[in-house]
Amino acid sequence: MEPRSGEQRLNPESAISSPGVVADEAPLLAARAISKRFGSFVANDRIDLALARGEIHALLGENGAGKSTLVKILYGLLSPSEGEILWQGAPIALANPNAARALGIGMVFQHFSLFDNLTVAENIALALPTSERLETIPARIAEISRAYGFALEPDRPVYSLSAGERQRIEIARCLLQDPKALILDEPTSVLTPQEVEKLFETLEKLKAEGRALLYISHHLEEVKRLCERATILRLGKVVATCDPRAETARSLAALMVGAQIKEVRAAGAHGLGEPRLVVAALSAPSPSPHGVSLKDVSLEVRGGEVVGVAGVAGNGQSELFAYLSGELVAGRAEAIRIDGEAVGDVGIAGRRALRAAFVPEERNGHAAAPDFTLSENIVLTGHGADGMTRAGFIDARKALDKSNEVIATFDVRKSGADPLARTLSGGNLQKFVVGREILSAPGLFVVNQPTWGVDALASAAIRQALLDLSARGVAVLVISQDLDELFEISDRIAVLHAGRLSQPRVARLTTREAVGLLMAGMDEGDHAH
Amino acid sequence: MRIDLVARAQRSRIREIAAPVAAMAVAILIGGVVVALMGRSPGTAFDVYFVEPLTQSYSLQAIAVKATPLVLIATGLAFCYRANFWNIGAEGQFIAGGALGGWLGLLTHDGALQGAIGSWWILPAMMILGAIGGALYAAIPALLKVRLAVSEILTSLMLVYVAQLALDWLVRGPWKDPEGHNLPVSVNFDPEASLPLLVDGGSLHLGVLFAPVAVALAALVFSKTLFGYSVRLAGASPRAARFGGFDDRAIAIAVFMISGGLAGLAGVVEVSGKIGQLLPSISPGYGFSAIIVAFLGRLSPVGILVAGLVLALTFVGGEDAQIAMHLPGDLTLAFQGVLLVCVLAADVLARYRLFFTWGWGARS
Repeated sequence: MEPRSGEQRLNPESAISSPGVVADEAPLLAARAISKRFGSFVANDRIDLALARGEIHALLGENGAGKSTLVKILYGLLSPSEGEILWQGAPIALANPNAARALGIGMVFQHFSLFDNLTVAENIALALPTSERLETIPARIAEISRAYGFALEPDRPVYSLSAGERQRIEIARCLLQDPKALILDEPTSVLTPQEVEKLFETLEKLKAEGRALLYISHHLEEVKRLCERATILRLGKVVATCDPRAETARSLAALMVGAQIKEVRAAGAHGLGEPRLVVAALSAPSPSPHGVSLKDVSLEVRGGEVVGVAGVAGNGQSELFAYLSGELVAGRAEAIRIDGEAVGDVGIAGRRALRAAFVPEERNGHAAAPDFTLSENIVLTGHGADGMTRAGFIDARKALDKSNEVIATFDVRKSGADPLARTLSGGNLQKFVVGREILSAPGLFVVNQPTWGVDALASAAIRQALLDLSARGVAVLVISQDLDELFEISDRIAVLHAGRLSQPRVARLTTREAVGLLMAGMDEGDHAH
Repeated sequence: MRIDLVARAQRSRIREIAAPVAAMAVAILIGGVVVALMGRSPGTAFDVYFVEPLTQSYSLQAIAVKATPLVLIATGLAFCYRANFWNIGAEGQFIAGGALGGWLGLLTHDGALQGAIGSWWILPAMMILGAIGGALYAAIPALLKVRLAVSEILTSLMLVYVAQLALDWLVRGPWKDPEGHNLPVSVNFDPEASLPLLVDGGSLHLGVLFAPVAVALAALVFSKTLFGYSVRLAGASPRAARFGGFDDRAIAIAVFMISGGLAGLAGVVEVSGKIGQLLPSISPGYGFSAIIVAFLGRLSPVGILVAGLVLALTFVGGEDAQIAMHLPGDLTLAFQGVLLVCVLAADVLARYRLFFTWGWGARS
C-alpha cells in the first residue's frame, strides 16, 4: 500500500470552475506520446489521451493492452520512458502518488487496500494528514454521504462490509482530498447490478460538479451508458477514440480485440440425463479466518445441463469449489454424490477416478505449475489416467502426445515445442487447462471463474467448449462472477451469498435484476435500500 | 539508490551452468585477497588448495573418501529442498545412522552373535541399520511439521545437538572400550564390520561406491518417476500439487526419511570405512557442508556429485595448507561460506536482471 497523505480538504464549492467542457480550454489532464518499456517489452507505445473537465472518459482494452500501465503513469506510480503528462496544458513530472494527489488526481483501485479489523472512520483517517483528528471524521463522512448519496456507517468494522460498501470507503477517501480528476480501475467488477446503479449515480454527480473521470472497464454496456468518449487500447497502442454511445457493444469489442468475436452457439436440443452431481445439505468451515463457511448448500446438476453459480466475489466461491473438488474434504460422505457414489469424504484423486474434472479459478500455481512444461502439467491431473504412469514411472511420450492433442484441439498459442506453462498468455494457458480437463472425458465438470482475466476471443472459445461438453451429456457446474457469462451459457442459475446457495432458477425465466437481488442477499420480496 | 530485480523472460541453460562456475571463480578471488591480507602468496595458496591435491594418489583417494558423505547427504537434502522442506539437521541424522549402524559393529565384536551363519551379514546389516537410524531421526522433525506445524528448520537443527551429545554420552559411558585406558572411545571394529579397502595401503574403501549409485538412483527418481515429479511439484507449486491429488504430508515425511536415510548411511560408511570405531565426534561438519554441496550442485544429483568433489578438494587442500603454509583450518570453513554466498548470488543473477535507479524515484 502506498503512503497516502494529502493536504486537501473537502470543499464542495472548491476551485473547480464551470461545469461542462469548454471547447477552447486545455484538457485538465492529458498524456502526450507516452511510452513505457519494461526491458524489451513495450507496455505503452506513444499513447495520447485527453481528459476534459466534466466528462467520464472510458479507457477500454483487453487484459494486457496497457490500461493499468497508463493509469499508473498518470497517478505517479510509474514514470514514463518517453512522452509527457500535461496538467491544465502545462507539462508536469509526477515523482510519486503524493505529487499526483497534491495536484488533484485521485485513484480508486480495483483491489481495495483496507484494514479489515479497523472501522470505516479509522480506515479513512489513515489516508488523511496526521493533523486530522479522528473525532472529526464521522462528520466529514456524513457530509460526503449527503453530497453524493451513498451511505457509510463510520463505526462499522470493515470486515463486516460488502464489496460495494468497501468500495465506497475507497471513493470517500479519494473525495475527502477533493480531486479534480478521478481514475477508477474496473470499479464494477465486484458489485451487484444494484450496487452498480448506486455507483453510477455518484459518478454522474461528480461529473456534474465538473470533475474529470477516467473510467476503466471491460463491461461495454456500462461504458455505453456512462461515457461520452472512449479511448481504446490494443497491444499498448491507441487504436481508436470514439463516442461509445454511437457504437455497438460488438463493434467496441471488435476494436478491442482486433477481430470479430463469434457468438456462442447454443448447445442445441438435447435431453437431460440422470443427476450426476448431488450436493445435499453441505455445511463446511472455511480454512481461512476471514473466509466464508458453506452453510447448508444443496444442489443437483444433471447430465447435459449447465448450472451457473452467481455471486459477488468472497461469498464462498473458492470454498465451494474446494469442497466440490475434494481439495478440502467435508467429512460426511453423503453430502456429495458423483454419479450416485457418496464421495463427501473422498479426496480429489478419488473424485477424478469417478470421471469428475475440475478447473480452479487461479491458473498459475493452482490449475497449473508455472515452472513446469505443458506436458508435465498434463501429468498434474492426468497421472491417474490409463497408461500415464507404469509402475511409478511417468510415460513422458504419452504426456507429450496428450499435451499436443490439447494444444491442437483448443488452439493454444505457444512458442517452442514444450514450453513452460508460465510463458503462455493468460487466455492460452486457460484454454490449455480447460482443454486438458475436457479431453480427460469427464462425466462431471466443475469450473470456477472459467474466463477470469481471459481475452474475449479465448473467452468465447471456452464458453463454447463448456456448451459442447453439456451437449455430450456431461454435467457442467460453472461458478462465475460474470453475470453476462452465466446468462449466456447456463440452463439454471443459483446464487451464492454469504456461504448459502439459493434455489436455482431457470435462466430463461429470470432476470439480471432478480439474480442481482439474491447476490446482495435479498429475496425479491424485499426492496433494495 | 535503489536496486530492482526483474525476472528474465527466458531461462538459459548456459547461464544456469555458468552461474556456479562463475561463483566458484569469484569465491576463489575473494579467498585470494584474504590470503594476501594474511601476508601469504595467493598464488602458492591456490596451488596448495586446488592443484597439488589433484596430483597425488593419496590425496585423490582422500578427496573421494571426503566427497562420499558430502555427496550422499547432499543427494538426500536435494529431495527435501526440492520439495521446499528445510532439513538443516543432516549432521544429526548422520550421527544417528553412524551410531545405530556402528552399534551392531560393537555388538558383533570378537565373534559375538555370529554362530552358525557366519559374519557375511554384518556389513549389510550395519549399512541398513545406519540408513534406518538416520531416517527415523529425520522423521521426528517431519512429523512435528505435518502434525503440529512446527518449523522443521528449528527442530532439525536442534536435534543435531541432541545427537552429538547422545553419542558423546554413549562413547563415554556404555560403549566405552573397557581396555581403552579410560579414553572416550569404543573398541575397534572387527574386519567383518569394516568396509574393505579398495587399494592396498590406501584410504579408498568400498563405501565410496555408494555415492555414485545414490546419485544415479536420485537422478532417475527425479526425472522419470511420479514420486520424483510430486516432490518437484510440491516444492514449485504446493497448491497445484494438492490440486493434482498429491498428499503434501506424505511427501514431507518421505523426503525427510530419504534425506535422513542417506545421511545415516553416510554416517555408518564413515565409521565403518574410515574411522573404524565410535568416537565422541564422528563428523567434521559434513552435514552442514553438504548444504553447500546441495546448492552448489543446483539440487541436481549429477551437479551434487561434481560439487561434492569440489568441496572435498577444499577440505583436503585446506589440510595441506595448514601444514605447508600455516594457514588456519577455519579458513577452509570461511571459504566454504564465501562460496555458498557466491553461489546463491549467482543463482539470483542467473534468473533476474539487476536495474539500478539513482535517487528515490517512482516505484515500479
